[in-house]
Amino acid sequence: MTEKNVVTAIHDTLHEIMAEDERVVVLGEDVGVRGGVFRVTQGFLEAFGEQRVIDTPLAEGAIVGVAVGMALHGLLPVAEIEFADFIHPAFDQMVSEVARMRYRSNGDFGLPMVVRAPWGGGVHGALYHSQSIEALYGHVPGIKVVVPSTPVDASGMLRSAIDDPDPVLFLEHKRTYRLIKGEVPDEPFRVPIGPADVKRAGTDLTVVAYGLMLHLCLEAAARLQEDEGASAEVVDVRTISPLDKETILGSVRKTGKAMVVYEDNRTYGAGAEIVATIAEEAMFDLDGPIVRIGGPDVPAMGFATNLEHAFLPDADRIYARMLELARF
Amino acid sequence: MATRVTTDTSHEALGLSPEDLLSMYRTMVTARVVDEAAFRLNRQGKAPFVVPVSGHEGCQVGTAWAMRRGRDIWLPYYRDVGVVLVAGMTPMEIFLGLFAKADDPSSGGRQMPSHWGSRRLGIISHSSPIASQVPHAAGIAYAVKLRGEEAVVGCWFGEGATSEGIWHEGVNFSGIHRLPVVWICENNQYAISVAQSKQMAIADVADRAEGYGFPGVVVDGNDVLACYAAMRRAVERAMAGEGPTLIEAKTYRFFPHTSDDDDRTYRSREEVEAAKHNDPIHRFEHHLRDAGILDPERVAAIAAEIKADVDRQIERAWSAPDPDPSTLERHVFHEGDPA
Repeated sequence: MTEKNVVTAIHDTLHEIMAEDERVVVLGEDVGVRGGVFRVTQGFLEAFGEQRVIDTPLAEGAIVGVAVGMALHGLLPVAEIEFADFIHPAFDQMVSEVARMRYRSNGDFGLPMVVRAPWGGGVHGALYHSQSIEALYGHVPGIKVVVPSTPVDASGMLRSAIDDPDPVLFLEHKRTYRLIKGEVPDEPFRVPIGPADVKRAGTDLTVVAYGLMLHLCLEAAARLQEDEGASAEVVDVRTISPLDKETILGSVRKTGKAMVVYEDNRTYGAGAEIVATIAEEAMFDLDGPIVRIGGPDVPAMGFATNLEHAFLPDADRIYARMLELARF
Repeated sequence: MATRVTTDTSHEALGLSPEDLLSMYRTMVTARVVDEAAFRLNRQGKAPFVVPVSGHEGCQVGTAWAMRRGRDIWLPYYRDVGVVLVAGMTPMEIFLGLFAKADDPSSGGRQMPSHWGSRRLGIISHSSPIASQVPHAAGIAYAVKLRGEEAVVGCWFGEGATSEGIWHEGVNFSGIHRLPVVWICENNQYAISVAQSKQMAIADVADRAEGYGFPGVVVDGNDVLACYAAMRRAVERAMAGEGPTLIEAKTYRFFPHTSDDDDRTYRSREEVEAAKHNDPIHRFEHHLRDAGILDPERVAAIAAEIKADVDRQIERAWSAPDPDPSTLERHVFHEGDPA
């Protein structure tokens, strides 16, 4: 085991996989000479050459669309969208092509490809370097959407994503990149796409989260235990689509109380689907109202520090709502 | 600027035998017969939606003929009945798609007709948004080159597609990496109703190639042998590692955009009738008669034979089973062990 942060775990895993399997190529803006703006592909050009480490033009539609072609013809492309915010020009390729290729061909064609994108706020990214996109693609059947939030999950799920015969949108919360550290096995391992993970066991209430919010929830849950003796179970969603309803519902049925935290705009966010699932399937196991914390319904967080803080849920707010729910 | 095909297009110079020419001719006639039958079936209420090909048979069969089945990869668009026939799809399979039957090779009845696809034939599945297959062709060509394969990627589209941003993105990528791909524009002068003059400020789509660093070629799309000549040269270039070519085949569609369109709202009947004087099938017939390969009796016999054969295939397709609604949720993701 070696302690790594999230970005190093992703870098090392991708490097290992490229060394193991020559079908794997990476493509995107600045992935080559620059080694990626977040340094995920640092040293890749020197190790694997410019045919497999492809600096593309500034054209997100083509980054995804070219990856589709590569996946159709024997390669395993890992496309990088420099910031999740910039995936919108590729929306048609993602929705009309990536998500629908297998379905529309009645199973004749499949797309073993990964699209990586750093997402989320808390880095002074303002309107166009902070967005959450998981709900946009979680709504589209045919694409798997994953949001690993720890070094070990990022590493193990990246391996699963590249192994997967279907397209995976691999979302990396950029605030976690260097903030979150953890032990990562030195030998190759996989964390499956699909199952959620109970990151902290508890008995009094269930908190469901992912990304940066997961870590704020874990922090708040620790305080709640220490200050109030209340025990919160924290479920890490890990895979937005297909959603692991059973783990979430199992925890809610056990604790009888549910809270969902996400930083995306509250309305129609991924958390809305999780809340709806709990309401539909665990209503009579609940001992309190379902609590939902999300970002406000404004287009994005601001650049100014206080505007960014005002947008993002923080550990204090989460703690206060946890306490309220625990006491209900 | 774009060049024009001025090479000798006699079949001897092109290395085509009389048998090759007759096969090309029969394929063009088959495309026309399929088209006419599909419209008849539409009027009978048996085919809810038809995308016509008539007028495009010369540029489709001519360009596709320079590709090789089993080696090359085909990315047609919805009007390309002629291309998919050359690629190996049968009229029966085309009508299975028209009737949205379970055994439709393209989609099992899921997609609208003429949204081609067949992994077995190397025809890549495509969608309805225009030009969306262009970056796929570039990506496939990149994989062909990286893997050191001897193959060419052909990608067909209308002139309307060249207005799309994704067209530029995909074509540009192919120029940067000198990929083994041929871009074929079937310019019929209208994007549904929008005339070329409202689509672009240039006369020749092929001129766009200069901006991507590879040759653009204008060819008479109603001259099947000129189309073949242009494509053969482009395929040779691709195979030799010299990179892409953009071929613009000037042509015309004789029917509306689809069975749901009414082209009288944007084209005069005189214009359409004038274009029919330049029918690629009639022109090829004349050429073959002049060359002593066809005579009027043979023309009639071929037409009758193909019509009878297509009618038989329509009957079989019509009586084939519909998709099972219980399969609605299948193939969202891979089923079974990873391939």
